[in-house]
Amino acid sequence: MKAYSREFLEQLYRTLYTIRVFETECIKLYRQGLIIGYFHPYLGEEAVATGACAALREDDYIVSTHRGHGHCIARGGQLNKMVAEVLGRETGYCKGRGGSMHIADIATGNIGANGIVGGGLPIGVGVAMGVHVRGSDQVTIIFFSDGACNNGVFAESLNLAAIWNLPVVFMLENNQYAVSSPVEEMSRVPDLYKRGEGYGVEAHQVDGNDVLAVYEKTCEAVDTCRLGKGPVLLEAKTYRHSGHHVNDPGTYMPKERLEYYRARDPIKIARNNLIEHARCTDQDIEAIEQHINQQMEKAIEFGKNSAQPSVEAFLEEIETN
Amino acid sequence: MSTETVNTDIKMRELMVREALNEALCEELARDERVFIMGEGIAQRGGSYKVTVGLLDKFGPKRIIDTPISEASFTGMCVGAAITGMRPVVEILFIDFTSLIIDQIVNQAAKYRFMSGGKGRVPMVLRTQGGSGNGLAAQHSQSLEAWYYHTPGLKVVMPSTSYDAKGLLKSAIRDEDPVVFIEHKLLYMDKGPVPDTDYTIELGAGDIKRPGNDITLVAWSGMVKRTLAAAEELSAQGIDAEVIDPRSLVPLDKEMILSSVRKTEHLIIIQEAIRRGGVASDIASIVQEEAFDYLDAPIKILAGKNTPIPFNVNLEKACVPRQEDIMRAVKEILNT
Ligand SMILES: Cc1ncc(C[n+]2csc(CCOP(=O)(O)OP(=O)(O)O)c2C)c(N)n1
Ligand SMILES: [Mg+2]
Repeated sequence: MKAYSREFLEQLYRTLYTIRVFETECIKLYRQGLIIGYFHPYLGEEAVATGACAALREDDYIVSTHRGHGHCIARGGQLNKMVAEVLGRETGYCKGRGGSMHIADIATGNIGANGIVGGGLPIGVGVAMGVHVRGSDQVTIIFFSDGACNNGVFAESLNLAAIWNLPVVFMLENNQYAVSSPVEEMSRVPDLYKRGEGYGVEAHQVDGNDVLAVYEKTCEAVDTCRLGKGPVLLEAKTYRHSGHHVNDPGTYMPKERLEYYRARDPIKIARNNLIEHARCTDQDIEAIEQHINQQMEKAIEFGKNSAQPSVEAFLEEIETN
Repeated sequence: MSTETVNTDIKMRELMVREALNEALCEELARDERVFIMGEGIAQRGGSYKVTVGLLDKFGPKRIIDTPISEASFTGMCVGAAITGMRPVVEILFIDFTSLIIDQIVNQAAKYRFMSGGKGRVPMVLRTQGGSGNGLAAQHSQSLEAWYYHTPGLKVVMPSTSYDAKGLLKSAIRDEDPVVFIEHKLLYMDKGPVPDTDYTIELGAGDIKRPGNDITLVAWSGMVKRTLAAAEELSAQGIDAEVIDPRSLVPLDKEMILSSVRKTEHLIIIQEAIRRGGVASDIASIVQEEAFDYLDAPIKILAGKNTPIPFNVNLEKACVPRQEDIMRAVKEILNT
């Protein structure tokens, strides 16, 4: 392993753990009936967003998906505004109008989640086109999963980014399911990075549960893009720890496979990094976790105490539509 | 009018809309080997709203087909299969996602019969689901029937009860032309009587859900239930409203609406979709052209607010006509 500072490894761990706590606590709120609608947890996939976003500069961009909480947090999103949004409050990222599937955070370059599978792909390529026209060297990471690869926009976006050498990292989070459909039934070649070759796009596979592996591969891809030699397709293999959304028990996920991936929990792997390579003790890590737990508690308080959007104000706002 | 054969041995069962739809699919699959179904998660999982549960076991993976997220193409496949003699039923889980297949529906399926000089037919059904009310926000809550209503060559069906859902879906599958069959997400668990016979309902036959003399209320899909509830409460206050559910928007049972208006001399049309460019406006224009002299007051339209559907539950509710809005409008028109 390359040498990393303790500070950096701790920072990665903080992000991973924050995502884990956000999802876990929100699922509780959902079960209490406080969150409604669709809520797609990122549990088990935390290392992809964390490693990928750690490779970006502050002025870079990301494009997210319906499973977008992890991307938002990894890009520096605020827990208060996220919790308030999934609770539908006026203080949320979208003033309670968007909800879980539509959180965007323009300030951190997070173009936003999307309720349409694949909907973000061309948008991300367009963000990169803007960068290209402006002549800047910002990079865009587009997150999407295996299901989206079977939509036409994937093929078109890959080709468009390729013919204009656009600075895009296509970050394919292969969690091996589209809702209940296994990737190996929906595609003859489940190693989806191989599709890059046909478009002349450099492509690699990476262990999506190992935050440092994701980080290192993304750093290389980002460098390639900044040099004007993009795009790059990265396939991060990973697995959900739960069903497709909170109300999906995920009974179609084979137990042994789930166990295999749970044993390779991205949080555990990052924790080991801290202990083995940064001389952290269990107590050090507990202190980090404690702090994040408290932040999440505060965010939930903030969300719960925030006002519901005013119906009157909303009706006034849409009057001129 | 309904075309079910009257039979003294008919048994009525209370079925949920989703069960009635499942029966319709099951019976048509059994009746006609050309029928097959494609969609996301419809086979092994039985569909997100459980409409296709059990079909895979009964009819096998050749006819009950789980697809990748390739909407434009698997819908186009249904067009091709239909042209060459099959009777595909394609499911698009949310009408919002039909924006991805609109070329295959609007430019291909809808026009093939015409463009081929009447020689080719496209007997396919697009089953999809719309409406708001579940906190699913702007991209999973739209009411987009007007898009398809606007396109020559398509039939548009929107059932509001279990009975209608089954009879209409069977007719849609047997129809020789493409039918857009739009379900409502809030109705799947609603129960209603369904006979245990093989009945169909003619596309284009409306239904008087409640007879009345004072005012005509036209509503479809998710709006029928609250219109009926409004009518019941109004009847306690001495107002006798007639509630008409056209059930299919194309073809439209114009005569049923016109004869009701000639009787009641008052008309309110209630739709969940936004007003601009909507079906209600079109029905209003037909009625004022053909029954203007019978009208005792201007036609009133109650429609969804002109906005994407918000996530927050209070805002979401404020976007769609409510029972009290309907009651208020009736009293206003009748000056009571
Ligand atoms: C165009 C479109 N089709 C279908 C859906 C319904 N849907 C929501 S998420 C999902 C599965 C997506 O799978 P994948 O792209 O692998 O993402 P993951 O859920 O694994 O993160 C589906 C089919 C949708 N939202 N948009
Ligand atoms: Mg997936």
